[in-house]
Amino acid sequence: MVKAVTSFGGSGLSDWLVQRVSGVVLLAYFLVVGSFLVCNGAELTYEQWSAYFDSTFMRVFSTAAVLSVVAHSWIGLWSVSTDYLTERMMGGKGTVLRLAFQAASAVVLFTYLVWGIQILWS
Amino acid sequence: MLKVSLYRYNPEVDQEPYMQDVEIDTAGKDLMVLDVLELLKAKDPSLAYRRSCREGVCGSDGMNMNGKNGLACITPISEALKNGKGGNTLVLRPLPGLPVIRDLVIDMSLFYQQYEKVKPYLVNNTPAPAIERLQSPEERAKLDGLYECILCACCSTACPSFWWNPDRFIGPSGLLQAYRFLADSRDTATEQRLSELDDPFSVFRCHGIQNCVNVCPKGLNPTKAIGHIRNMLLSRGT
Ligand code: SF4
Ligand code: SF4
Ligand code: FES
Repeated sequence: MVKAVTSFGGSGLSDWLVQRVSGVVLLAYFLVVGSFLVCNGAELTYEQWSAYFDSTFMRVFSTAAVLSVVAHSWIGLWSVSTDYLTERMMGGKGTVLRLAFQAASAVVLFTYLVWGIQILWS
Repeated sequence: MLKVSLYRYNPEVDQEPYMQDVEIDTAGKDLMVLDVLELLKAKDPSLAYRRSCREGVCGSDGMNMNGKNGLACITPISEALKNGKGGNTLVLRPLPGLPVIRDLVIDMSLFYQQYEKVKPYLVNNTPAPAIERLQSPEERAKLDGLYECILCACCSTACPSFWWNPDRFIGPSGLLQAYRFLADSRDTATEQRLSELDDPFSVFRCHGIQNCVNVCPKGLNPTKAIGHIRNMLLSRGT
């Protein structure tokens, strides 16, 4: 039996909402950064790029984007693992595999989070 | 002659399921798939399937015909062949995702357990009026497209989310019934019903793929009902 405790908020509604909101944040982020890239295209220098990300707005926005990646991925990966890596699908080893997969995902996402914040705020 | 490929499995004799190729004379008529099964059973009485009303009302003969779930009694051969898989051969399999008891007969226990979970009956603890609990025509109209479900399981067994988690995802059929009582003006257990649905599996495993809508022989729309439940959860939770 897969327990729901490892989901993001324990409630289906909060997971679902977080998934939608983080999706919108990411879409907005890629549109903003994408349009900056398109506008400055070929002649973009390192100084411009670095100055662009130095502004408080971009720092906060990038942090929001990093948080969204982490939350969005966790909920998505958790759902996938509780769909496919289960006792029903693969017998007893389902639980072991699922936990290992979730632990690995958590480590990777936590690393991204710390790393991202370090890059943005140091 | 019509070529038929039949899923056969008798656990008392067979090690594993196999597809049996048979031919049957339909006298050139575009029979219903259930009629074909009756003809085949007359030749081989060991063939097992469920049926009762033979007119799309009882919901017992849900099966997979050339890759698509439906009721054999109201699906003409020509329509089954149009589903694509199998060419000119009529391919009959049990509904997917649930254990097979024998041939085209599946064990629907998990499907019924999910149905039971949504408390598919009216809950109203206020004193009963002398004659009946009244509903305006508008209130009654809200139940259209919900109450007609015949529990044939064509939808739930076409839903990938139900295949992966039939013990925790209610599935399109059960959720359609859940909404049928959430939408009923005479029911007073709305809050309790909603709180029992707000976990990551019961409702939220639906990813809106709409396989359910695609196969429902009664033309019902479980995806829409699921959207209504989600909106009710949303306005209750925010
Ligand atoms: S819309 Fe939802 S309930 Fe219907 S088949 Fe898709 S996942 Fe299943
Ligand atoms: S919603 Fe349609 S397909 Fe699903 S059980 Fe009811 S009648 Fe059958
Ligand atoms: S036999 Fe009753 S629905 Fe087909």
